[in-house]
Amino acid sequence: MTVQRPNSFRTGPDERGHFGIYGGRFVAETLMPLILELEQAYAQAKADPAFQKEMDDHLANYVGRPSPLYFAQRLTQHCGGAKIYFKREELNHTGAHKVNNVLGQIMLALRMGKTRVIAETGAGMHGVATATLCAKFGLPCVVYMGAVDVERQKPNVLRMKILGAKVRAVEAGARTLKDAMNEALRDWVSNVSDTFYCIGTVAGPHPYPAMVRDFQSIIGRETREQLQAVEGCLPDSLIACIGGGSNAMGLFHPFLDEHAIEIYGVEAAGHGLKSCKHAASIAGGRAGVLHGNRTYLLMDDDGQIEEAHSISAGLDYPGIGPEHAWLNDMGRVQFLSATDEEAVAAFQLCSKLEGIIPALESAHALARVPEIAAKKSKDHLMVVNLSGRGDKDLASVEAFLESKT
Amino acid sequence: MSTRIDKRFAALKAEGRAALVTFIMAGDPDYNTSLAIAKALPKAGADIIEMGMPFTDPMADGPAIQAAGLRALKSGQGMTRTLSLVREFREDDDLTPVILMGYYNPIYIYGSERFLTDAKAAGVDGLIVVDLPPEEDEELCLPALKAGLNFIRLATPTTDDKRLPKVLTNTSGFVYYVSVTGVTGTAAPDTSKVTGAVARIKRHTRLPVAVGFGVKTAEQARAIAEGADGVVVGSALVDAMFKSLDKAGKPGTRTVKAVTELVSALAQGVRSARRATAP
Repeated sequence: MTVQRPNSFRTGPDERGHFGIYGGRFVAETLMPLILELEQAYAQAKADPAFQKEMDDHLANYVGRPSPLYFAQRLTQHCGGAKIYFKREELNHTGAHKVNNVLGQIMLALRMGKTRVIAETGAGMHGVATATLCAKFGLPCVVYMGAVDVERQKPNVLRMKILGAKVRAVEAGARTLKDAMNEALRDWVSNVSDTFYCIGTVAGPHPYPAMVRDFQSIIGRETREQLQAVEGCLPDSLIACIGGGSNAMGLFHPFLDEHAIEIYGVEAAGHGLKSCKHAASIAGGRAGVLHGNRTYLLMDDDGQIEEAHSISAGLDYPGIGPEHAWLNDMGRVQFLSATDEEAVAAFQLCSKLEGIIPALESAHALARVPEIAAKKSKDHLMVVNLSGRGDKDLASVEAFLESKT
Repeated sequence: MSTRIDKRFAALKAEGRAALVTFIMAGDPDYNTSLAIAKALPKAGADIIEMGMPFTDPMADGPAIQAAGLRALKSGQGMTRTLSLVREFREDDDLTPVILMGYYNPIYIYGSERFLTDAKAAGVDGLIVVDLPPEEDEELCLPALKAGLNFIRLATPTTDDKRLPKVLTNTSGFVYYVSVTGVTGTAAPDTSKVTGAVARIKRHTRLPVAVGFGVKTAEQARAIAEGADGVVVGSALVDAMFKSLDKAGKPGTRTVKAVTELVSALAQGVRSARRATAP
């Protein structure tokens, strides 16, 4: 079977929120009017120059954008091939790319007259970003976080509390990101009139996947300008880690139609793809419906969702954004994976070679860099999305290394 | 096309009373117990049976039904066994309507067409699929109608008059009005508002309107039955069953009775409602 390639990879989704067969709006009727209202409000905001201008101002002066595009000289030497650049999203205020999206959504919440914000979080980076912007704009904030994640990401729980957010530990199911999202949806169903649900990734019912992508696309747009300025050309390859996939989509989307650019997404292979303890929904899942969209999911033969596993709480989710699912089927993005062990090794390597402690999430992308870079010529320009910083992961890495000795 | 659901509502209308719609989770706490409960429901006063298809991630359900689904899954319940539960129920009851209720993914993975064929053959009359709004009608709703199954849609307090026609277009059997904005089994409905809400829906449709979410007592059932064509009770029955289990989660001699006693009380509530004359 040959796949019919579209003229452009950047026109999706259609008016019903579909990327090919993926995406859609699979939500309870109670929420349906809310997401239609959100879709309309977002379309209006997007077309309003004043909204964009205000956002640009906050991005520059509060978030600290543009984030640098940094030439990773020692890693480049170490790999012995492609010239490797890091897009330094970890230098954003709050320490990850998450803030780009949250700023947009919180500004939209205010515009819609919402007075309460809820969010789900895995590693806590999206929760921290949401708590931060809710503090800045004076909105009460409730963050749902799986009880397992509350335990393994204590510094972020403390940050959220100091920022004034309420953190609700979710005891249902596997007690990780998937269950936090279920609980946030239940909150939203129960508080429809005043509450804005700030989703942290390019997943959920339409318009979330497209909206979050749009807010994150600043990563790719800046990368294009910055690389043009220093190298005078476009990148030859892009690589990013993928849980839900928002940092990856943000980097990839502006480049999707430059067909010569190789694009790699790296999923979390946990204990290994054959172990059944991983979070690689493209490599180990198939199409199903969860959390408002159709996408690749980890599940059993009965359609019951399986628990994901990754050392990185931010990738520990049994699904992936629907646009990634479609880009996979179209063959535009190549999906790879990295195990816990490989991610920790890359975490250490990056710290020692570049003096940058990456988030364990970003370390998954870094784990695949050496082998890809080694095969490329020295004028091949590779951009790695350094999506977050690793301070939050020190305890997880220490525990992992101790368990190996 | 007239299904068991249509016939049952027509008969009850002639009787001048509302229907008692009872929800149980298929396979909770195990296959045989849930079959025994299902078989005992009609005699206890249930007019329509909703059977939950367990799912790991029931995003519109409160704690009681979440736990019921997980108990069922743990006992080995899956789609094939849920369909065979309906088949076994039908062996001695050809009249009581059975509705399967749940989420789309297990149906999608079973295969939508195959599911509709097998459900119809097993004796299922209607479907409620929580995460399939009218915007996704092509997925299952339209094929279900074609296969001769009712597709029952939820209408909620957020479904305004502008949206109602869209929700009602492909709805059949009855309309399930969700009396609270919330998950199943939590807040009690404000029964004084229910009558008005039912009247609002009835301005848009000739279908019967049943009301659920949060109904726990015979008194609430009575109050709602005065203004609606049906009263749906779920979490309270699931809870009653759960409380009858021993410490190891095993059912005992009281388990079926724990459910049927509550159903009998609810049925009395429904039957004692003083109904306004039908418009």
